[in-house]
Amino acid sequence: MYERGWQRYGILALFLGPSLIGLAAFTLLPIGASLGLSFTNWDLLTPPEFVGVSNYSQMLTDSEFWRTLRNTATFLIGYVPLVLAAGLLIAVLLNARMPFRGVFRTMYFVPVVTSWVAVALVWKWLFNPAYGLINSALGGLGIAGPAWLFDPNWAMIAVILTSVWKDTGFIMVIMLAGLQGIPREYYEAASIDGATRPQGLLHITIPLLSPTLIFCLSISLIGAFQVFDQVYVMTEGGPAGATMVLVERVVANAFSYSRMGYASAMSWVLFIIIFAVTIFFYRLRRWQA
Amino acid sequence: MSTQLGLPPEDGAKALGRAEPVLAPRRVPWRTIILVTIALVGGLLMITPFVWAIATSLKPRGAMLALPPQLIPSEPTLSPYVEVISRFPFLRVFGNSIAVAFATTAGQLVICAMAGYAFARFQFRGRNALFTLYLATLMVPFAVVITPLFIIVTRLGWGDTYAGLIIPGMFSAFGTFFMRQFFMSIPRELEEAATIDGAGTLGTFARIVVPIAGPALATLAVLSFMGSWNSFLWPLLIINDRDLMTLPLALSTLQGMYPGQTQWNIVMAGTVLATVPTVLVFLFAQRWVIEGVAGSGVKG
Repeated sequence: MYERGWQRYGILALFLGPSLIGLAAFTLLPIGASLGLSFTNWDLLTPPEFVGVSNYSQMLTDSEFWRTLRNTATFLIGYVPLVLAAGLLIAVLLNARMPFRGVFRTMYFVPVVTSWVAVALVWKWLFNPAYGLINSALGGLGIAGPAWLFDPNWAMIAVILTSVWKDTGFIMVIMLAGLQGIPREYYEAASIDGATRPQGLLHITIPLLSPTLIFCLSISLIGAFQVFDQVYVMTEGGPAGATMVLVERVVANAFSYSRMGYASAMSWVLFIIIFAVTIFFYRLRRWQA
Repeated sequence: MSTQLGLPPEDGAKALGRAEPVLAPRRVPWRTIILVTIALVGGLLMITPFVWAIATSLKPRGAMLALPPQLIPSEPTLSPYVEVISRFPFLRVFGNSIAVAFATTAGQLVICAMAGYAFARFQFRGRNALFTLYLATLMVPFAVVITPLFIIVTRLGWGDTYAGLIIPGMFSAFGTFFMRQFFMSIPRELEEAATIDGAGTLGTFARIVVPIAGPALATLAVLSFMGSWNSFLWPLLIINDRDLMTLPLALSTLQGMYPGQTQWNIVMAGTVLATVPTVLVFLFAQRWVIEGVAGSGVKG
């Protein structure tokens, strides 16, 4: 900044002002308001009523909340390892020298740019118990497919598979960038020493890729805690609450049941979880470096 | 996969021993054929849902429920497309999505580039604390913000308006961070030369810095455009008016449009119409999309 005196402030306000106003109005104010609301009961019609920590203590005894936490954990335990493994495998595959690499990369990446609503609708139809492609294919193999989204035991699995399909390309691209940072000389040196290809993967790729792996693990975990679009379109939390997840319950409590305070408290529990996960990975990276 | 890295012994012997005729076509190694086959099978599996959606969208109602399902419709018809366009203001919805995505992206580029530049180059009190605050907000899940944000935006009178769809999306802490990192990476010399020539900060920024920032701006533009184009939860809350719906929102209402059984051929026609432009934009801007995603990983 080369201006002097009051002009300095003018330039600063011009460059930073719009961004600061937006941050204050649409992020900081809502964060503060949400924390405040979490200590009230508010149905939007009558003024908010201060109730202390009762929303939080109510959560402890709310079986639906615990169910929601369990469902979110189920999603995460299925989704995170699958999407990381699939993304890594495809990245390793496409990191090899081969023709049509660009075409393959595009094929694996297209689901990432497609809107979640479109993806969820297509998969809902793929999972249709009677006329869907999946159960027809299973039937062709002599397997009677489950009712998927209509069966409380299978609905979450269907949501997980859909999510893995959509996000694999995203993880793959990040892992590919990480893999391309590993010098080929390392593998050549190892092969001269008689290392086999799987040994190379285990002893060179995995250790050198670990910052990338940890980054992918952290973003897929944080994303998994916030799963919403696919659940809303595919099941709306059903059947029989089998796919109720945190963000979906926050939205339902706030906008369907007008329980603004309870929804806010729930969203703060989600925030605390994500905060803890972020700090954990931040520490892990510093320790690693 | 248990072959040794590098040249197998017999190939090595061949290379040392008899030389092959210079013009003989190079044989494609088995390994490459296997890898390409695996990648192709996986890739085809990945795009099967798209093929299935297109196939369904071209089927009359009867063929849609045929068993076993046909991946290539025997009597293709465009009637589901005619139906979806006639029963739903699809062109209007399309226009909404395009207008909202363009406006959001343009706003985000200007606001984030200027704020990012301020954080990268200006000296002012509290700069680092303020920047840390920006970074901290990246951790806050949208679910925390959404209830009060809805109340603020409706109190501003922006419920069921384009302003409500566009303005909150124009501010991005991530975009500010992204642009700041870029500006930090470019040398100051060019800007200093411009100053010696008597240009002010704004002039230097507009004429020297922005042109250099082209690739970074392109990446941010693509990420912002796709984010806005695919955004669902916010439009779902803020828009009730059918004439203001964006594509994902309109799509989500299609499945409930028909009492009783969902007419999947019509829903798939809508899905295909909504997806084709996204995929085309992606194929066209693939470099920036992939660089943006990859870069977010390497730098983040």
